[in-house]
Amino acid sequence: MTTMRQAFVKTVNEEIDNDPRIAVVTAVISSNEFPQENERVVDVGIREQTMVGVAGGLALAGLRPVVHSYAPFLVERPYEQIKLDIGHQDVGAVFVSIGASYDDPVWGRTHQSPGDVALFDTLPGWTVHVPGHADEVTPLLKEALMGDNRVYVRLSLHENSQAYPVGEGFTALRHGKRGVVLAVGPMLDRVLKAVDAENADVTVLYAATVRPFDSDGLVKAVSATDHADVMVVEPYLEGTSAHLISDALQLFPHRVRCIGVKRHAELRNYGTAEDHDAAHDLDVVGLGSAVRSFFRG
Amino acid sequence: MTGDEKHEWAAASTIDVLWVLYDRVLNVTPATVDDPDRDRFLLSKGHGPMAYYAVLAEKGFIEESTLDEWTSWDSPLGQHPDRVLVKGVEISSGSLGHGLPIAVGTALGQRIHGSPGRTFVLVGDGELDEGSNHEAIAVAARLNVANLTAIVIDNQSAMYGWPGGIAQRFAVEGWSTAEVDGRDHEAVFAALTAPHDRPHVVVAKIEKSY
Repeated sequence: MTTMRQAFVKTVNEEIDNDPRIAVVTAVISSNEFPQENERVVDVGIREQTMVGVAGGLALAGLRPVVHSYAPFLVERPYEQIKLDIGHQDVGAVFVSIGASYDDPVWGRTHQSPGDVALFDTLPGWTVHVPGHADEVTPLLKEALMGDNRVYVRLSLHENSQAYPVGEGFTALRHGKRGVVLAVGPMLDRVLKAVDAENADVTVLYAATVRPFDSDGLVKAVSATDHADVMVVEPYLEGTSAHLISDALQLFPHRVRCIGVKRHAELRNYGTAEDHDAAHDLDVVGLGSAVRSFFRG
Repeated sequence: MTGDEKHEWAAASTIDVLWVLYDRVLNVTPATVDDPDRDRFLLSKGHGPMAYYAVLAEKGFIEESTLDEWTSWDSPLGQHPDRVLVKGVEISSGSLGHGLPIAVGTALGQRIHGSPGRTFVLVGDGELDEGSNHEAIAVAARLNVANLTAIVIDNQSAMYGWPGGIAQRFAVEGWSTAEVDGRDHEAVFAALTAPHDRPHVVVAKIEKSY
């Protein structure tokens, strides 16, 4: 089975031969996956600030940089470089992370990045993809590589059992009357299981692209229900998309329940990703409980 | 000393090097600011851009009349330059420690394109305190970005100085180096145009005057 990371590497290595604009900038992590003999493949060593700065310079020189590392080292450590060397220079780049919120929790908090999408949300002009399956990675990435804009692609070891067509807008997979559940990326399978287990009469929307946020799609889905009750299930910091849901539904009296990686405390346990899912109520049991209580009556 | 006085001192420190660059070194004019083969000058030390603006005005990149209204609401000229607002400004700067890593990228991009263009980046000795510069100094040498020249305005602003001298910090990574009197235009010109087959740094010393 191909992982998201493998799909990313394969796509970039194919496209770098076809498009002379593409350059890859890494800070050791995954660098051996790309052709080092190609001058457009640059490994700066363990220097994440310079990784992003160099990418900004390459973009200013007309290249299309693909910047890649583990999520906390790609987004959190060089955050000011992302803000200034990419955004403030008004240039584009494709940022691709692995590790997600806690793909490998045995490495502890230093290698966890539940706040990455929230950080990108503080910066204007970023498209954010959160694919839920390896087969969704290639089309999202190919489109990103062809563009000039700023794109963040968040890859994970955890994925759904099947891929769905990707593109702009949310995809409705179930239709119900009691409300709407928006499942982001790898959260979809467990959301569907929880909804089925609770026999909930809800619409389920799937999102592999969360920025731009498909406000029209959400409003359309909510308008077809009897209750403007929206639950959003995100594989990163809980409430990351709350402000966008609130904006989208400002003309409707509505209720929102945000589910994601909890904010209230730093979880210092190691264990498995499944252990962490359970601790954050992001497993089927936790999601089922949330569905049952939120859509009651 | 107020913040504005600090910026005025920063401008006074850079004016001579900026003039030599735009008057005698850089292959860029107002007509070629979008030419991919132009030389690129990156003012990393965005503080005190009055000298930069004055030189850009004298060389025709911006209207001289815009200088009078700088920092006002409608002015494209702020206390830190913005490349989106000013044609010919290569990077938006202000936060220290960003220009040199970006310059490594632009120089590398020029090399990838097979362009004859060169990249020059100006940093301050105080700015070198930022760790990102030291990442970039090492990377530029490892990648042998020979079309890159860094100019360090050394007005003794670094909090703890640089043991062995600033040039040595670059030399140990493999850069070619020159140290000059930052007020001596001929010496600055000679150092900026000296042939080099690796990244090059010119440390321009300015007498501390406050």
